[in-house]
Formats: sequence, structure tokens, C-alpha cells
Amino acid sequence: MIHSLFLINHSGDIFLEKHWKSVISRSVCDYFFEAREKAVDPENVPPVLQTPHHYLISIYRGKLFFLSVIQTEVAPLFVIEFLHRVADTIQDYFGECSEGIIKDNIVTVYELLEEMLDNGFPLATESNVLKEMIRPPTILRSVVNTLTGSSNVGDTLPTGQLSNVPWRRAGVKYTNNEAYFDVIEEIDAILDKSGTTVFAEIQGVIEACVRLTGMPDLTLSFMNPRLLDDVSFHPCVRFKRWESERVLSFIPPDGNFTLMNYHVSSQNLVAIPVYVKQSISFFETGPCGRLDITIGPKQTMGKTVENMMVTIHMPKAVLNANLTATQGTYTYDLTTKVLVWDIGKLNPQKLPNLRGSLSTQLAISGNPRYIMTLKLSQLMLVDCLKVSRLDMYGEKYKPFKGVKYLTKAGKFQVRT
Amino acid sequence: MSCATSDLEVQEEEEEEGGGGDHEERAHLEEGGGGGGSFQTQPLRHDDLKEMLDSNKDSLKLEAMKRIVAMIARGKNASDLFPAVVKNVACKNIEVKKLVYVYLVRYAEEQQDLALLSISTFQRGLKDPNQLIRASALRVLSSIRVTIIVPIMMLAIKEAASDMSPYVRKTAAHAIPKLYSLDPEQKDQLIEVIEKLLADKTTLVAGSVVMAFEEVCPERIDLIHKNYRKLCNLLIDVEEWGQVVIINMLTRYARTQFLNPNINESLLEEGSGGDKTFYGSDEDEDEDEEEKEKNAEAPAMAKRKPYVMDPDHRLLLRNTKPLLQSRNAAVVMAVAQLYFHLAPKAEVGVIAKALVRLLRSHSEVQYVVLQNVATMTIKRRGMFEPYLKSFYIRSTDPTQIKVLKLEVLTNLANETNISTILREFQTYIKSMDKDFVAATIQAIGRCATNIGEVRDTCLNGLVQLLSNRDELVVAESVVVIKKLLQMQPEKHSDIIKHMAKLTDNIQVPMARASILWLIGEYCEHVPKIAPDVLRKMAKSFTNEEDIVKLQIINLAAKLYLTNSKQTKLLTQYVLNLAKYDQNYDIRDRARFIRQLIVPTEKSGALSKYAKKLFLALKPAPVLESPFKDRDHFQLGSLSHLLNAKAGGYQELPDWPEAAPDPSVRNVEVKDSVPEWTKCSSREKRKEKKVEKPFYSDSEGESGPTESADSESDSASGSESGSGSEESGSGSESVESEEGSESEEEEEDEEEKNKKKKKKELKKPVQESESEQSSEEEERKPERKSKQRKSDSESESDEEESESESSQSESEDSESEAEIKKKKKAAESKPPTKPVKKENKKEKKEMSLLDLDDFEPAPSPQVTPVNTFLSNSLVTDLEGLSLSDTVLSPATIAPSSALKNYELLHRITGEGLSVEYCFSRQPFSPDANMVAVQMQFTNNATSDTKNLHMEDVKLQSGMRVKEFPEIELLPAGETAAAVMGIDFCDSTQAANFQLCTHTKKFFVSIQPPVGELMRPIFLTENEFKKEQGQLMGMNEITEKLTLDAKCRNEHAIVQRVTTAANLSRVPCGSDKECRFAGRTVTSSSLVLVTVATKEEGAAQLTVNCEKMLIGTMLVKDILLALTQ
Repeated sequence: MIHSLFLINHSGDIFLEKHWKSVISRSVCDYFFEAREKAVDPENVPPVLQTPHHYLISIYRGKLFFLSVIQTEVAPLFVIEFLHRVADTIQDYFGECSEGIIKDNIVTVYELLEEMLDNGFPLATESNVLKEMIRPPTILRSVVNTLTGSSNVGDTLPTGQLSNVPWRRAGVKYTNNEAYFDVIEEIDAILDKSGTTVFAEIQGVIEACVRLTGMPDLTLSFMNPRLLDDVSFHPCVRFKRWESERVLSFIPPDGNFTLMNYHVSSQNLVAIPVYVKQSISFFETGPCGRLDITIGPKQTMGKTVENMMVTIHMPKAVLNANLTATQGTYTYDLTTKVLVWDIGKLNPQKLPNLRGSLSTQLAISGNPRYIMTLKLSQLMLVDCLKVSRLDMYGEKYKPFKGVKYLTKAGKFQVRT
Repeated sequence: MSCATSDLEVQEEEEEEGGGGDHEERAHLEEGGGGGGSFQTQPLRHDDLKEMLDSNKDSLKLEAMKRIVAMIARGKNASDLFPAVVKNVACKNIEVKKLVYVYLVRYAEEQQDLALLSISTFQRGLKDPNQLIRASALRVLSSIRVTIIVPIMMLAIKEAASDMSPYVRKTAAHAIPKLYSLDPEQKDQLIEVIEKLLADKTTLVAGSVVMAFEEVCPERIDLIHKNYRKLCNLLIDVEEWGQVVIINMLTRYARTQFLNPNINESLLEEGSGGDKTFYGSDEDEDEDEEEKEKNAEAPAMAKRKPYVMDPDHRLLLRNTKPLLQSRNAAVVMAVAQLYFHLAPKAEVGVIAKALVRLLRSHSEVQYVVLQNVATMTIKRRGMFEPYLKSFYIRSTDPTQIKVLKLEVLTNLANETNISTILREFQTYIKSMDKDFVAATIQAIGRCATNIGEVRDTCLNGLVQLLSNRDELVVAESVVVIKKLLQMQPEKHSDIIKHMAKLTDNIQVPMARASILWLIGEYCEHVPKIAPDVLRKMAKSFTNEEDIVKLQIINLAAKLYLTNSKQTKLLTQYVLNLAKYDQNYDIRDRARFIRQLIVPTEKSGALSKYAKKLFLALKPAPVLESPFKDRDHFQLGSLSHLLNAKAGGYQELPDWPEAAPDPSVRNVEVKDSVPEWTKCSSREKRKEKKVEKPFYSDSEGESGPTESADSESDSASGSESGSGSEESGSGSESVESEEGSESEEEEEDEEEKNKKKKKKELKKPVQESESEQSSEEEERKPERKSKQRKSDSESESDEEESESESSQSESEDSESEAEIKKKKKAAESKPPTKPVKKENKKEKKEMSLLDLDDFEPAPSPQVTPVNTFLSNSLVTDLEGLSLSDTVLSPATIAPSSALKNYELLHRITGEGLSVEYCFSRQPFSPDANMVAVQMQFTNNATSDTKNLHMEDVKLQSGMRVKEFPEIELLPAGETAAAVMGIDFCDSTQAANFQLCTHTKKFFVSIQPPVGELMRPIFLTENEFKKEQGQLMGMNEITEKLTLDAKCRNEHAIVQRVTTAANLSRVPCGSDKECRFAGRTVTSSSLVLVTVATKEEGAAQLTVNCEKMLIGTMLVKDILLALTQ
């Protein structure tokens, strides 16, 4: 399975290495650097590389490469999924997954890696189990640690590993028992130049924040489960119950977790909440171009569109932009050639507009790409998944329950 | 072996590398410290660390270890600290210890001799009463790559494989590949361990052992047979990573064991002529495939019966399907490939949705999934057609993802959707990403070749692209157009003319070469233009790229052959230029062509055929997907992704012609009994399989592990009790003992090959209990009848007997007496035997290394907590008490002796006293009856004769099975008898007369409600599920304050199980104890939950369909817990 792991930063330095079997020289990474060189963009490095004696499987997260070395046949997704789990765990522990954070906590990270794999095979990947073995740092604890010289190694043994509910710690206690669920629906859409929808679908996710005492057994039921076309669950959800009754029955992990991902069936038409009128043209003759974008609300059913943001990836040849926005502010990053227009709240009376001129080099090719992000605070779409009730079994206190609905733009793109 | 040596080489390199790192560091230090000799600084720093490690303060040690581990993590060499670090391996501080382990695993290989010093610590750890410590000791021990300790590791693994803790067994499974990579010679022994662990019934072990199987002996598919169904059933509860490994292995297994489910589809098609497959659109692609299939198999098929799917095949498909909903992409992919390779065509469709879902994941996941989807779309296009739009490309996708999506879109294109796809392609061409644009143009070309209807449209579109501003686009179009034109050149001379014009502008060599080739090839269609092009090219010849030069020569030659008048001079000029070219290929080509086309005397007969050679009709190129035929690799595998066999890849076998015997998967009862001693030859095993009757499943499934689990209490107790006296020398002697045992067993096997089924049950204990074997012979028939019983019954039977056996073991003196009792009450006892023996055997195995274990184990309820405390790690205690809850899913025996009730007092009975107790044994003549064990004592001076019962008065529905008449009870003697009463799940008394030859006594037996049930085994999930269904009226909850003596879990369990005949249900929380049982008559579920809170507050919940029983049980348990 996984032989070794190298963490490589953006500039190509290996700043952490971990070997689960015998040591493999870091010179093996040279093949990777070669591919990295060739790919120009870091995200274009092939995730799987073949070298004479090894296979390299890498992921790119937070400007870092997690490069694993494999010697024999293994399902590539197995490794990729695991590497992402490592990154998730680091993020979970330290709040972010960056070079600085990892370097600051190098011993903890190393220990985590030690626990997560045994001889290259995943051993403990549940965050709750890991947290029992190696405690995540908190401000208080780091102060205590510096005073007493102790570390973050847990002194209790990870009994969670032994239970058949490995995702939950034993003996959880809260004074305020709360269970919050965020139903977040994201609109993935591609609009073409004229504004017609090429492709649109809704992907949803239920993020949960459960802080309940003891070993509660929750049941979450929906008003309109028929809406769900395809779902994937956290391992705590009982498949059979879902199959037969269309309710989510689970013993929740402690804290924040993603309960379910779902896809709203494509039979339901997706209402796109905004429209875009755009024209970007580059003059054949001179070194300049013109840009004019207007955004307006559409099918929002009286809800306001918030946090509206438009990102435009300009062709390399665009040197600068001289624009005026009727609402919000815009920035143009000269190195990445990205124009960001932060609009904020969309006002239906006065439509925001951005127009002006672009100065370019002579040779212009290709079109800019748009990505829009927006957020709708309230339940917006007619076909939104609705939670009907949450029941708790196994514990006798009354938890505080809450559900929040949110619609956001997912991968929302306008073509030019 | 080769692997090992290469590792060593790598190792050396690494050391150098590490050295390099040191230099760097030194340099740094110099800068910072601004002084000191360059080679002084480093050792000094390490001296500093050594000093810290030698100090008495844990905090200093910890600080030093942290710095050392940080060095390791950064890839710096810290090997010279080895002696200083290894000393701390026995450090009391758990944090230091952990870091030392980390260090040790990293450097042991380099410092083998010193590493040996630490081994004894781990050996000690292997015998620790705490399972987690045993596991971690084994984990570190097996991670130390020192060849000398191979025998120790082997022994440790064997021992751990029969540990009662599933977690330790899991660790043992993890250790197997480690040992195998260290010393492949151990393979045979390891396979035995794997075989044993494969039989394990816990989800915790399943994934790890299959992983070991895949690494050590993937070819031994025969080991899977008996575990196949179990693996299928456990699959959903195995952790994610294990699921991936198991599914991949089962795919291979299924390919060897079942018939191709799609065999008949081709047959059907053959029969009904034009009848279409499930997915109408499949035909184009599939036709060829199926044609082949038909041709190959048709003769054989004609004879074959219609295909019926093996139920085991169906089981696999059914049990993997829900996993498509997993959040783990690897699991989803594994199921998808399983369906792709194993499912009937009509069912494969379900995976499409899940795979499409993965496309929203990280780009690396997308990359792998798209590769696999690309392969699938070639074979089964219809499956993904509904999701066409999900493969539309976003401008933000990385190029490699775009190209793969393009591939999928191209594969999905057919007559109906081509217009949509082409429109989509058109927008892609405008993209900024040049590589992607080029790929799009190629994709258009492929669509055009595959779908005749749109060929012209595509061609026109591509020709339009020729006027694109972007040279790359034009160039790529030219290349594609060239390929398309080859299919029907006559019709397109104007396109060729158009392209000829482009030579002035296009600079991309490949495009120029393509145009020149086209013009040369079809010079007859453009007779006027061709020579002119050659003229231009001749002018620029010297400045062209090699590939263009070659095509110029080519063009010249072809023109010379068709139109020598106009081009003779030009050709000669070109050839002359080429003659002096720097590139030898071009010089070669020129020389060759000159000889061929310009006939001289020397040139042979070949030049006559020059025209035929150059202007032969060339077959049009086929634009194929690079993913064609990749599906001979198992999908989702590394080999598939690379399209090359990766090391260690196991070929996906072809379907067998005829299905192998499905009976090999039938589960036998005692096969899971550990057998180290000898791996009997395969034939023998097969013999067994055939001979063995079809035992009921439940028996086979519930047996071994439960016994192992339930035993954990008593065993750990014993270990802890003896822990301090361990001696290192113990292991050897035990080993030899094992040897002798094994020999004996071998003999056994040879001698008693035929009688084996029965004998096997006894074998392990034969030496110790040979005296009892005679009785056993008598009991055999009964056991047989047992086997025929219904599932649930046999299950509960076994548990009950188990509980008793563990009890009997623990209290040695008592147990003897009990055994005697049992002999007398023979009827109810039969199943006790085998299970108990198994327990004993288990015991022996566990103690391979530890002599002390032979001491009689103290009973579970007297777990000597205090002895733990001496073990220095108070934390272990916590762990242990927690682990208890989890690890003892099976019955905890009603610990104290059964409660006796008085039936007849000595005085009222005139010398005859009768006591009775509820033995909690199954009453074998009638399963619905509660067994009541009676003890008659004759205190009188005269004998009592003809003791029997009469005049039974019962409530309606109740029944009684009388005890056999006791003919003579001499004075001062006691006798025992068992009677059965069916109480109909009520606490109504059974009244009857007890008669002697002279007297009659009215007596009555009233059962406590707790005796009206029998324990059943539920998993936590089942428990929850059942509980969920028994809400409302059926749930009774009481708050209570626990008795001061009964605040710990153990006491609670003991008191509840004493009060009611229930079995413990495993539970993840230590705040809750759960119990389950069924009422004896109606088999209604009885679920009891005791949730403890602070200060002895607790809550008791009873869920039972029978409300009356529920209410009474609550009272009884309440009483038991509060007193």
C-alpha cells in the first residue's frame, strides 16, 4: 500500500517526509518535479505518475502537494481519498492546512501520520479516534504545554477504535445539548453567452453540528424525500433504514460533520436566480478592449441575493482594466489576470453595472471566463429539500434543534 | 527477495541523503551561532539531546524526543542518537514512550543489534492485560524490520491471532504483510494465520485480514470459499478502507466461481434476431463484442441451460449495492467496478449515478473516475447517456480533466445527441486553453469518423476553423481534416485546394506536413495546384523542419510519378538538396527515392512498381479511443489507469466455462476452530467439505467468536492476576508443548479421517478430558437432533451453555460439582460440551508464550481491579473498563450460583425437602418450556420411593413436562431431576402434587419474570433498530438511584443478568448497559437499557411487546439494582 509520504510546498521543497515501510530516498520526487515543471499549472500535474521502480500518487491541496510513493498495485482512488483525508485531518486539527501550520506542528503531524497508517494501510482515520490519541492543540493547552513541557499525546487509550461506532467518542457531555443542521444547496450551472442555461443542477449537502450528551440516536425525516435523486452518507447513517423508510437514522459523530450529500433529480427545472448581460470585445486594431456587464435578479421569489461576486479570468494579454462599477468594488490582479467584482447585495431597482476599457497587448486570443458566486440567504427554490422533523432516541433530555436553509452558487459559470 | 535488496540500496542512498541534510543544517548553525568548528556543532547539539534523554525528568526527555522526531520528519539523520533513545523504551511516561516507538521504527533497521535491546519490552507488552497495549506492542514489534526477530514476530502474530480481543487480532492481521515483506520464507506459516483470521467473524478484523491475504497469498482463492458469505454479509459494517480491499478481492473471486451473467443475453439476441439489448444505444459498440462472444460460445451455448444466477453471486451484488452511497470515493469506485465486471448488463446502470456524483469531488478524484468512466463508456455507452451534461466542460477545470471529459463526451456521441455535442464542442474551441482546443478538434474528428451522418458537417466545421486566427487551431484542424479526407477524397478536392493555400501561412510543422502529404496523395484531384506547391516548397526546403522535409520529398516523388513533365526538374532539385541535408534520415530517404523513381540501369525491377508503391490505396486511419480495450484490466486499479501492468497486479480472470462446485462455500461449524498445527493438505480439506452435513448457518456463525469474546473477561482477569510473575523462559517450553500437541493431532487426522466430523469437535481437549469422551459418545444422537433445531433456538442454546461453561471454568471446585449435576440431568446438557472445549482450547492457544495462563482463571465477577493499579498505568484501567463494555457482546454469565427456591420444606415434607432453581438451560424436549432443576433431599431416616408428580393444575395454555420418576431416594441422599414448564409467558404458578409412595404434597412453582426469557445475541445496531420499533406503550422507563455497591458497570451487568436471563448487548458508551432476550414461549423481544448518570442516578428502560412482562421486569430489575 502506501509506502512513503512527502509534503512538498509550492516552490518544490520537501518539508516533511514519513515512511511507513523501509525508507525511500527523496530523490524519487525528482520525477514528480519533472512532471510539475511540464504541467505549468500545479493543478495539471497528473495525479498518478509512473517511475522506473515506484508509482507516485499526489494530490494538490492548499498550495501543497501530498505525494505518496507506491510500489505495488493499489486502487489509485484509495490513495487519493486517503491523502485528502490526511489533509482534512490536518485542517480539522489546526484550522487550516498550510505549510506554516504543518511546520509549526511538525511533531503532532508526524504522530498523526503514524497513527493513520500502519504499514501503509489505513488504521485510524476517524477524527474522533485520532483526537483521543493525539489531542488537537488549543490555546489553553499550548500554554499549559509550554509551562509543563507536556505534549499533545493523549494519555488515555483510544477506545473508540474498538467500538462499532468508531466515529463517536464515549462519554460525551454537554450542558447545552444542541443539534443544528444546515441544508445547503448549491446551484451548478453553465450559462451560455446569451444567458440561456446550458446545464444546471442542484447539489445539496447537509452539514451538521451536533453537540449532544451520551449516545443519542437521531432520526431525521424530510417532507419531500422524493426530491433526492442520488445521495451519499456519512458512515454513521444506516443504509437499510434509508432504503426502506427514506429517513436518516444515525448515531451522530460529536461536533461538526457532513451528514449527507445529495443531488436533486434533474427532472426538476432549476431556476437560475440571476441573469447576466455581458459584452466583452477586443478591438482588432488597437491595444484595447471594452467590457460591459450588467447583472439582474431573476426568479428569486422575493428573496434577496447576497454576497454577489463576479470573477473574470482575463486572457493573458490583458494588461490592465480601467472600469467603473455602479455598485460594489472591483480589483484586477495583474499577475493572475483575474478581475474580481464584489457586488454585495443585489438591488432589483438599480441593477449593478461594470463597464470600462481594457488595455491589452496586441495579440489577443481566447475569451475570458466568468465564474460567479452568489448566496441566497433564505429558502429559495420551490424544490428545496425540507426537513420535517428530528427525533432523538436513546437519551432522555430535550435537545435544542435547529435547521437552516441556504442556497448558494456552486460551480456557476457564464460562457463568453 | 529482490524487493528486499532494492530496499537496502534505497536505504544507503537515504543515508547519504540524510548526510547531505546535515551539512545544510551545520551551515545554518554556523551562520546563526557565528563560531565553532563546522564539524563540532552537530555532535555538540546531539550531546545536548543525549544529556536530556539521560536525565530523570520526563519533561526534558519529552522535549528531546520531540526535537528528534522533528528531525526525522524533516528527513534529517538522527541515527547516532539510537543508543540514547532506545534506553527510554521502557519509560513510564506514555508520551515519551510513543515518541521512542516512532524513532525505533524508523531507525531499527539501521541499528539492528541495538534494536534488539528493546524487544523484551514489547514481548512484555504482548502479555499486558490491556488489549490496547497488547495491540500497540505487536504493532511496534512487527514494524521493526530486523530479520533476527522473525521467529519472535511469528510467534507473537500467531498468539495475537487467537487473542480474545478483536482489536488485537486486527493488529495481528496488519502484522502479517510486515513479516512477509521481511522474510518471504514464512509464507506458509503466515497463510495458516491468514486462514484462521479469515474465519474471524468481527468486522474489525475482516478488512485487515483480506488486505493481508491480498499481499501474501492472493492466489489462494480457495481460502475464501468458506468465508465468502460471511464477508458479503459483514461488508457493510467494515470500515471504509477494508471495504475497498474486500470488494476488489471479491470481484476476482466471483470471476473464478460464477458464470458470466451476460451469457444469455447474446443467446437471446441470436434467437430473436433483431431484438435489442436493454439499452438500445448499446448496439453499435457492443455488436462487435457480442459478435465475438457469439461466435466463440454459440456452439457451447446451444447445449447450455438457461442461465440462473448463483445465489451467492446475487448475494454479492445485493450487499455491495448500498455502498454506492458511501462518502468514500474509493468505496464507490470499488463497487462500480464490481458491478461493471460482474453484474448482468441490465443492472450495471445503477453505478452511473454514483460515478457521476464523484465528479463533484476533488480534481484528483475526478481524474481517476473519468479515466474509468471513459473505459466504461466504450463498452456500455447507454449507461452514461442520461448524464451527458454532467460531462460538460467548465473553463475552470484543469486541462487534464477537460481532456478526459472530452474523451467521455466523444465516446457518448451517437446519432441522436451528436448535434448537441458538436454545439458544445464549438464553444470549447474558443477556449483560452490551447491544449484543450487541440483535443477538441481531435474529438470532432473522431465523432466525424464514428458517425457517418455528421461527417460532412464536421468537415465543414473544421474547414471553417482553417481560417481561425490561431495557428494552433488551424494546424490541429489540418491534421484532423487530413484523416477525414482519406475516407472519401474524391468529394473534397476543393477542401484540398483550400488547404494548399494555407501552406503560405501555417508554420506548424505537423500541419504543413499533413497538407503536403494530402496534396501528394491526391495530386490527381488537384493537378494544377500540386506542382506549384512543390515549387514553393522547394524554395523553402532548407528552412523546413525535418518532418516537413520528408513530406516534401514524398510529394516530389509522387508528382514525378504522375506528372513528370512538369515536375522532373523540381524533383531533382529537391532530391539534391536533401542529399546534403544534415539529417541522415532525410539523406537516406532522398537516396532511396531517387533509386526508386528515376530508373537507371542499376536499379532493379523495383522501380517498375514505383507508382504502385507510392500511390497505393491506403486504408483510412481509424480514430480510436485510447481507452479501447482497457477493460481487460480490473477497473479502478492502478494498472488500468496506467494502461500497463503494475507490480503485484492480479489479473482479472475470465469467466469459467462451467461454474465450479458452489457447495464449497457452505459453511461448516467447527472450521473456525484454530488449527495452527498443521495445514492439512487441500485434498483432505475438500474431503471434509463434501462429507460434512449442512449445518445450520446460525450455529456456525455464532459459535466461535462469541465464545472467544465472552471469555475475555475471565481471561483478562487471570492474566492480570499473574502478570507480575511472568518469566521469559516460559515461551520455549510452551513452544515444545505445542509441538507435541500438533504431532498428536496429525496422527489423529490420519487415523480418523472418516470419522472426522465428530472427532474434530473433541480433538483439542482430548488429552485433558479423555475420560469424558465416553459420555460424549452417548450424547451424540442428541446433538444431532439439536442441529435440526431452528436457528434462533440453537443460537440461544449455545449461548446459555457457553455462559455456563465459562462459569464452570472459573470456579474450578464448583464446576466439578456442576458437571456431575449435568451428567445426571443429561437431557438438557448436550450442547455444553463442544463449546466448552472450544473455550479451553482457545485458552491454551492464547497462552503460547505465557505459562502463567495455565493457572485457573478467576471468575469474571471478581475481576481484581486492584492488581491493575500496581501495573503503573492507571490509564490502562480506564481503557480496560471501557473495553469491557465493547468487547463482551455475548452473555455474561449469571455469575453467582443460581438462586434456589424452596419447593417443599423439610418439615412439611416430613423429611423430604425439595429445592428448585431455574437452570437457564434450554429444555431440550420442548423449546418453549423453561427448565426447572429440582433437588430432592431425603432428610428422613427411611427411604423414599416412587417420587413423582401428579395432578398438575395449570392455567390454560400452560404445559408441564414431568420429571422422570425417581424410584428410590435412600435416606440422607439427594437426587436431582429436571422438569420443563411452559409458563405461557406469564408468572402464574404451576401447581401440582409431589407424590412419594406414601405421601402427597401440594406444591407450586412460580417463576420470577426474569426466568421467562432466554438471552439472545444482538448487535448494537440491531438493538437500536428493535428498540426503535418498540416505542410508546411498549417502552417503560424508570428513574432510579443505584445501590452504592453497584455503581460500576460490572456490578450492574451482574445484577441485571442475575435478575433476568438476558444477554449483554455491546454498546459504544460506557454509560449504558444493554441487554436483550426473548420470552421463552412467544419469542417476544425483551430489551433492557440501563443508562447511568452521575451520583448513581440511572435510568432503566425496558422495551417489550408484552407490557405485563415489561412492567414486572422493570420492578425486578429495579429491586436488583437498588438493593
